[in-house]
Amino acid sequence: MVAVARETRTMSMKDALNEALRIAMREDPNVILLGEDIAGGADVDHLINEDAWGGPMGVTKNLVQEFGRNRVLDTPITEAGFIGAAVGAAATGLRPVAELMYVDFFGCCMDQIFDQGAKLRYMFGGKAKCPLVIRTQIGAGVNAAAQHSGCHYSVFTHMPGIKTVIPSNPADAKGLLLSAIRDDDLVMFFENKVLYGVRGEVPDGDEGIPLGKGDIKRAGDDVTIVAISRMVNQSLTAAKTLSGEGIEVEIIDPRTLSPLDEDMILSSVEKTHRLVIVDEDNPRCSAAADIAAMVADKGFDLLDAPIKMVTAPHTPVPFSPPLEQVYVPSPEKIAETVREIV
Amino acid sequence: MTTSLPDRERLLDAYTRMVEIRTFEDAAGKNFADGLVPGFVHLYAGEEAVAVGICSHLTDDDFITSTHRGHGHCIAKGVDIHGMVAELMGKSTGVCHGKGGSMHIADVDKGMLGANGIVGAGLPLACGAALTAKIRGNGAVSVSFFGDGASNQGTFHEALNLAAIWKLPVIFVCENNGYAEATPASYAVSVGDIANRAAAYDIPGIIVDGLDFFSVYEAAGAAVDRARSGQGPTLIEAKTYRFYGHFQGDTITYRTDEEVSRYRDRDPITGLRTFLVDHDLATSGELDAIDKKVNEALARSWDDAKAAPWPAVEDALTNVYVSY
Repeated sequence: MVAVARETRTMSMKDALNEALRIAMREDPNVILLGEDIAGGADVDHLINEDAWGGPMGVTKNLVQEFGRNRVLDTPITEAGFIGAAVGAAATGLRPVAELMYVDFFGCCMDQIFDQGAKLRYMFGGKAKCPLVIRTQIGAGVNAAAQHSGCHYSVFTHMPGIKTVIPSNPADAKGLLLSAIRDDDLVMFFENKVLYGVRGEVPDGDEGIPLGKGDIKRAGDDVTIVAISRMVNQSLTAAKTLSGEGIEVEIIDPRTLSPLDEDMILSSVEKTHRLVIVDEDNPRCSAAADIAAMVADKGFDLLDAPIKMVTAPHTPVPFSPPLEQVYVPSPEKIAETVREIV
Repeated sequence: MTTSLPDRERLLDAYTRMVEIRTFEDAAGKNFADGLVPGFVHLYAGEEAVAVGICSHLTDDDFITSTHRGHGHCIAKGVDIHGMVAELMGKSTGVCHGKGGSMHIADVDKGMLGANGIVGAGLPLACGAALTAKIRGNGAVSVSFFGDGASNQGTFHEALNLAAIWKLPVIFVCENNGYAEATPASYAVSVGDIANRAAAYDIPGIIVDGLDFFSVYEAAGAAVDRARSGQGPTLIEAKTYRFYGHFQGDTITYRTDEEVSRYRDRDPITGLRTFLVDHDLATSGELDAIDKKVNEALARSWDDAKAAPWPAVEDALTNVYVSY
C-alpha cells in the first residue's frame, strides 16, 4: 500500500474516540448515542443542552451540545433495556452507538446482544441487518477489581454475527471506530481504560481503518508477537529489552479479532518461525488460544518452536495492587517467554 | 374509548385473518404430528382476536415483536402465508429461506421483527423500533406481544420503564393465556391482573377480553392513537386462552378438560361470525365462502411447500454478516 501523508495531531485515545463519534454523527443523522451518563445530567435544568460528564470516562464529552439530547440519550441503568432498544433501533434503520459502561456488565444484557442482535440477520434469512456498535471498557490496571476490570472480548469473538474490535492506540481507535459505525454488522468495540489517557499522533480527516486488517507495530525477524490492546504497549517495552540482547521481535496488532487477519500472522510466522501471543484476557477458550490453534493448524510446518501464550491467569481480576500487577502480563514476563523459544 | 367500530370491509378482513390463523394452526399441528414440520411448534389457536384486533390498527411502517407462539402475529401483520408454511417445513421458499423456522419466523418488510425463542426478549426490541419512529418523527408505532410468563422477566420491567420515561410510541400487549408452559399465572405472577403492573411505570394499564375481537380492537385503537400522538406507551392485558398445549406434543396434564371446553365454547372466531350475521354485516354463506377459500389456499401452500426444494447446503454459511 502506498502511504499517503496526512496531517496529524497529538491527542489521547479518549479524544480520538470522541472525534470519531463527532465525525460519524455529522455525516449520518441516523447515528445516535445511548448509554448511562453519556451526556450526564439529562433533565437537570441548568444542563438542558450541556453535558455534565460526557460518560463516566468523558469519551462522549461535549457531543450533546452539537447534536442535542435526541441523539445523545442518557439511559437509566437498564442494560438489557437500552442495549435491546439499540438492537431494535438498528434493525429498524438507525445506526446506534451504545455504551456498555464496563464489559463486565454483559451478563445483564447478553441475550439482547447474542440471541437477538447477533442472530437476527441469520434467522431472518438475510432480510434484516443490525448496524449497531457497542462500545465498552475493558482491562485491569486501576484496581477496579473483579467486576470492572475484565477483558472478555474472547467471549464475543466466539459468537457468530458479532465483530470484535480492540484498538491499542489513539490513531487506530479513531479509524476503527469510524469503520465500526459505518459497518452494517453488530460490532463490539473494546476500549482499554488504561489507554484512554495515552497520547499519540492521530490523522486528520474521516478515513476509517478497515476491519479485519492487522497492523505491524514493530518489524523484526526473530520472533512474532501477536499482542492485543494494551499488550501491544507491554510488548513494545519488552521488545526494547530484547533488542539489547540481540533478539528482534515483530509485533502484530490484529486490531480486530473477528474478523482476524490470519494472513498477516501467518506471513510473519513464515519469516520468524516462532510465535508468542500476549493477551490480557483469561486463557481458556480465548483469543490467544484461538490464534495458537489457527497457526498450529495452518502454519505447523513454519514453526521451529512451540507456540507460547502470555495471558492473565484463569482467575477473576484481583483488587489488591500487588495482586493486580501480577495478573496483567508484564514486559518482563513477555521478554522471559520470548527468550524461552529462541 | 373513542374508537368507533370498524366498517364492514375491515370486519370481514379481520374475520378472514382470524380464520387464516386458525386454519394455519390446525394444519401446522396436524402436519407436525405427521412429521412434516421439524423442531418445536407452539400454536396460537384461540388467541386470534388479540393479534388481529391489535394489528388491524397497524400499517407496514409499524413494527411488532412476537413470541415463540408467533404464527398468528405474522399472519395478522400481513406476512405471506405461503412463505410461512414453507418456513415451518424448513424449505428454501420459506420467508426466512428455512433459516428461522416456526420460532424465528419474521419479515421486516412487513414490520414483523420476528417470533422469538427467548421469553420477554421482544419488549426492548420494540422500544428500539419505537425509538427509531420517535427520532424520525414519522408517526409509526411499535407493538410488543408477549405472554404472562414474560411479565416476570426483567426485560418487561426495563422496557416499560424505558418506554415510559422516553414516552415511546409503543404498545405492550400481554397475552395472558393463564399458563407459562405448564405453570399457572395464578402461581407465578404476583398480581391477579398483569395490567396493574403498568401502575409501577405510571402508564395506562388496560384489561381486555382477549376472546372478543371488539374488546381488543377498541382498546388497541385508543392505545395506538395515544402512541401516534406522542403521549407514550400503554400496557394492554388480553385475557385469552390457547386451545392447544404449550407446544405440540404437550400432554396438557395441568389443565382440566372442563376448563378447555369452557374456553372453546367462547371461540373468538365463532363470536365474530355470530356478530357479523346477527348485525346483517355478512351472511353465513358469505362467511362459509371465506372459510372455504382460506382452506383451499392453505392446502395449496402445504402442497407447494412439500414440493419445494430444501435450502442448498452452502446456505448454512450465508447471512451471518452483511460483510466479513
